[in-house]
Amino acid sequence: MESSDDCILTVSDLSVRIQNQLILDNINFKLKRGTTLAIVGPNGAGKSVLFKALLNLIPYMGKIEWYNKVKIGYVPQNLTAGDMPISVREFLSFKGCSGIKGCLDLVGLNNEAIMDKRLGTLSGGQFQRVLIAWAIIDGPNVLLFDEPTSAVDIDNEEAIYEMLNRLERDSEITVLIISHDIHLIRDYSEDMLALNRKVIFFGKSERIVEPEILKMIYGSEIVLGKHAKGS
Amino acid sequence: MMMDVLVPGLLTAISVGLSAGYLGSLMVLKKMSLVGDALSHVALPGLALGILFNFNPFIGAFAVLFGSAAIIWRLERVTKLSFETIVGAIFTLALAIGILIIPQVDLLEALFGNIAAVTYTDAITAIIISAIAIYLTRIVYSKLIMGMISEDLAISAGINIARINLIYLLLVSLTVAAGIKIVGSLLVGFLVVVPAATAKTLSSNLLRYSILSSFFGAVSGTSGVLLSNFTGLPTGPLVVVSGVAVFIAAALIRWATKYSP
Repeated sequence: MESSDDCILTVSDLSVRIQNQLILDNINFKLKRGTTLAIVGPNGAGKSVLFKALLNLIPYMGKIEWYNKVKIGYVPQNLTAGDMPISVREFLSFKGCSGIKGCLDLVGLNNEAIMDKRLGTLSGGQFQRVLIAWAIIDGPNVLLFDEPTSAVDIDNEEAIYEMLNRLERDSEITVLIISHDIHLIRDYSEDMLALNRKVIFFGKSERIVEPEILKMIYGSEIVLGKHAKGS
Repeated sequence: MMMDVLVPGLLTAISVGLSAGYLGSLMVLKKMSLVGDALSHVALPGLALGILFNFNPFIGAFAVLFGSAAIIWRLERVTKLSFETIVGAIFTLALAIGILIIPQVDLLEALFGNIAAVTYTDAITAIIISAIAIYLTRIVYSKLIMGMISEDLAISAGINIARINLIYLLLVSLTVAAGIKIVGSLLVGFLVVVPAATAKTLSSNLLRYSILSSFFGAVSGTSGVLLSNFTGLPTGPLVVVSGVAVFIAAALIRWATKYSP
């Protein structure tokens, strides 16, 4: 039996309707402090909508309860700076001037020259690390990442997950992460919430490689290949 | 005597050029250049009402711009249509109505501006308005940028996107109204768009971009007023020609130096 001190989030009977369409239907789950929860599901399953509800960005029915003054860092999906003339330093300074250097060190960008680079000229991996630095700069205890490695190559993908794992361990941050990569979910998260409008599965992430679980989530037989960098 | 015309004209051009350039830097990043241009057209019916009913045309222009900005802000939220679409529908109509109701004798000046009509009172008003517009825009600048990068990101950081967009549109209206006497309602939108476009070709960070945009706005306005004073031609078109010359010069500098922001 979990004590309420272990719990950082309780979601009860959560439903979200957008333009008369039921996107999330009666979602219930609890999350322990200091763990990494992977949220999986097919496209259109309501994963990003769940994040928006957790952040109170959209109206919802039911109850979302965060415990003990949580401070949330968030990185949305498909974020782009395009051709905007904005440097990494300026972008990060929007959230406060102190701690920029330390945060860039934490995400593995300890090169001073990167601070004056234009945001739009960074590689996919660098940009994603800057976004993670943005999310952690004001010392959150919960991080929400919506597909943080969708525009990143495999090497950088694994490095970013490793870094998130380190953050979780060293700073006791609770991480909620939307991902499609089954290997990375298994290797870098403890718990998994599979969504397809409703909760399909909630349990240990290691079970994601089981054929019957995969079939429940994606609705068809899936054969796993070997990950290029994974085990 | 000549200085009595030139000095207020120059003061107005510099202050409006600075503020229009600064506010325009956001308009260009928001991909709303056409909005900035078309927004100026809506001032025409306001000017016409001022002339017809014998009150300060600036107040008429500002009132109509202010009202229109609030209406498009609301329509954008309700209909979810883009600003460009709403502006295209509403502001062309405003221009047509303005041309129909403004007395023919005043039409040319209203459309293209005239420095001879600018008084010291106009200049002081323009300086105060520009200072307020720059000051308030500076406060919301980073919030507007965050909203452009990602609305969700900005809202999750506690920023009220709708409110700062409204404040911004109202400040643009104020700046455009202040520039109408010099540049004219048909061309004042130029000052919001082209200096920022010029600055963007030469900038890799926001600070440099916003400063250059303001500077190019002031240079365009000043050159236009000086040329108008010496040639006797309408000020508005000369401001546009000066601004485009600066734009071409910037493009050539970039090409010659292989500058890549």
